[in-house]
Amino acid sequence: MKEEIIIAGFGGQGVLSMGKILAYAGLMNDMEVTWMPSYGPEQRGGTANVTVILSDSAISSPVLDMYDTAVILNQQSLDKFESKVKAGGTLIYDPSGIHHKPTRSDINVVEVDAMEAMMEMNNSKTYNMILLGALLAVRPVVPLDAVLRGLKKTLPERHHHLIPLNEQALRKGMSLVGK
Amino acid sequence: MTPEEIINPANRVYSRPRLLTEVNTHYCPGCSHGVVHRIIAELLEEMGLEDRAVGVAPVGCAVFAYNYIDVDWVEAAHGRAPAVATALNRLWPDNLVFTYQGDGDLAAIGTAETIHAANRGENIAIIFINNAIYGMTGGQMAPTTLIGQKTATTPYGRRVDLNGNPLNISDLLAQLEGTCLVTRQAVHTPAAVRKAKAAIKKAFENALAKKGTSVVEIVSTCNSGWKMTPAQSNEWMAEHMTARYPLGDLKNV
Amino acid sequence: MKGNEAIAHAAIRYGVDGYFGYPITPQSEVLETLEAEMPWETTGMVVLQAESEVAAINMIYGGAAAGKAVMTSSSSPGVSLKQEGISYIAAAELPALIVNVMRGGPGLGTIQPSQADYFQATKGGGHGDYHLIVLAPSSVQEMADFVALGFDLAFKYRNPAMILADGIVGQMMEKVVLPEPRPRRTQQQIEEQCSWAATGRHGRKHRNVVTSLELDPARMELNNERFQRTYAEIEANEVRFATHYTDDADYLIVAFGSVARICLKAIEEARAQGVKVGLLRPITLWPFPKAEIARLARQVKGILTVELNAGQMIDDVRLASECRVPVAHFGRMGGIVPNPAEVLDALYNHFPEAKK
Repeated sequence: MKEEIIIAGFGGQGVLSMGKILAYAGLMNDMEVTWMPSYGPEQRGGTANVTVILSDSAISSPVLDMYDTAVILNQQSLDKFESKVKAGGTLIYDPSGIHHKPTRSDINVVEVDAMEAMMEMNNSKTYNMILLGALLAVRPVVPLDAVLRGLKKTLPERHHHLIPLNEQALRKGMSLVGK
Repeated sequence: MTPEEIINPANRVYSRPRLLTEVNTHYCPGCSHGVVHRIIAELLEEMGLEDRAVGVAPVGCAVFAYNYIDVDWVEAAHGRAPAVATALNRLWPDNLVFTYQGDGDLAAIGTAETIHAANRGENIAIIFINNAIYGMTGGQMAPTTLIGQKTATTPYGRRVDLNGNPLNISDLLAQLEGTCLVTRQAVHTPAAVRKAKAAIKKAFENALAKKGTSVVEIVSTCNSGWKMTPAQSNEWMAEHMTARYPLGDLKNV
Repeated sequence: MKGNEAIAHAAIRYGVDGYFGYPITPQSEVLETLEAEMPWETTGMVVLQAESEVAAINMIYGGAAAGKAVMTSSSSPGVSLKQEGISYIAAAELPALIVNVMRGGPGLGTIQPSQADYFQATKGGGHGDYHLIVLAPSSVQEMADFVALGFDLAFKYRNPAMILADGIVGQMMEKVVLPEPRPRRTQQQIEEQCSWAATGRHGRKHRNVVTSLELDPARMELNNERFQRTYAEIEANEVRFATHYTDDADYLIVAFGSVARICLKAIEEARAQGVKVGLLRPITLWPFPKAEIARLARQVKGILTVELNAGQMIDDVRLASECRVPVAHFGRMGGIVPNPAEVLDALYNHFPEAKK
């Protein structure tokens, strides 16, 4: 099994940390993982993206030209990455930041209104976990339990009390898919 | 009286310090370096520090300081002695680490390293020879060259509009919280030599007691660079150099 | 963890005595991780944020002169500043480890990944005839492993070693197995291993002087001849490289660092299309794997070097291949990283006959 994922949006949307938690979940699940961020000044407000690869065997390139799955959080990222999803792959997007919807028909396009779900949860910090939950519902590359262990590993001890909230957000995200 | 009668241990009032190596120096006759080297060698011996003293030599006339004082030495790149000394002392904190630097090394190319080592309060002693000229390279302007002073690169005398003002770096260093002793001394008279020795001793004691950075500036002569006799140099120094760089403690806590 | 973090953790575990550095993107996590780990409380390792890269490399010079295992890290513009100090360290025959997580240049350039410091790293970098031992990691695991390898080689040959990484391998996260912690060397061990060091005499009969100065040209030439003998010994013993799919290869890609992994994916795609391409990844950029390239040059029909620069390593590949086959270059510059498809396109562009 090998899953090549791109997550792309604005800096501050939790793109890098979502990728990080996914990568750690893979690690907890005894998989090979790479996490390759776009780094630099765009951390604050500009576009940010991260490539996460989860695999049962050694991973060669951490840099990719085509992806199995794309999680897209704004228009620029959709414009850039829609064509980079492999035929038969998956594109998950949040419509709240999108003016022109994806048009490809040879891929599985999934709309997840994570922004609205976040409003319902009344906590802006849950946004990326809602999306990660949705991703896992569409592409169950790692079990939820591995994600929770990954969360525990990446969050500093003083934030461990937030894990139940994050779990709630993950489950909420999962429930959004297939509605 | 025969020479044999004169050269007699009973008549001996002064001898070469044990830690001053028995080689001819490359310094010019009349240069202040020799006297300061002797003071350091005497102190290291008197204070029982030969086993744990490490000197850092500069680039400049004193580049060969390591040939004359019989302790471990590291020869630093131009201006970087305080950085080298920082690591030497932090990694062997029980050692006495001292730098020996000229005005070009300490106050021109190495200004950043000097200020930051002193500002961190590194437990080192900095011996700073200020003779207002670049001796090694043939008498060019130093940061401490006096206004009007002729050098190879200020052939008509240093001008403020062209070359800026002489840098009183010790006054600057005295402002830093990391320094515990900043003092200006000279070695042109026996009395001055005794005071300079006491100051360097205090600097070594401070370093060992981990009180912070000590800076002992020695206002010195360079009779070759100044194109004077040694005696004229001492007079010129006492008259002109000390006017710009007054002797005495700038800070002693 | 990130490659930069792996270097910091590996350094603590190796028993490094001192780290001196100055922040610069994309390697600041090395110093940040060390400061957060506070190894001075556990192993006694000294960590200091210096006032400049110049000061930091001279602290390395001082620490290494005192027999300690010391290291610094920086990125391209900062490593340029360190070159004077590196030349002194090489000339004084001191062991030390320097990490360069390369970014795009020249000048202030960009903070994105690059390999444009290949010449600087492998041909000396500062003034004078000298070489660093240059290790090029392609994974986070190698970032960790090469700390130990770098120090071991540096102490074995009394010569500075460099980890020449790039922004990709510095910033990416991967699984890593850290080495077992080992204690720092004792004073006695240091004095035995480094009898030349300025540790303070501690009863030693003679003084130790660490210097690179020798005004007598006859003696300075002897020093240089000694350096060259060391370099010859390193070239004879320490060449390291990895090969993939070279046994039956008709074409060879030579690439180092993270780029080699991008090429490996391209090669896997080529193989899926029935094109026999192999990869040679130099692990030591100096000493360079000349013999293996010479051997493969007798086997393949063409060689492509892929680098994040305008073509630097290609010179060494051409020399090693003894002009037996065409050697072409594909590179991106200024912080742009090619993807596997671009690499494959470049291969087919330069060697159209490869694509049957």
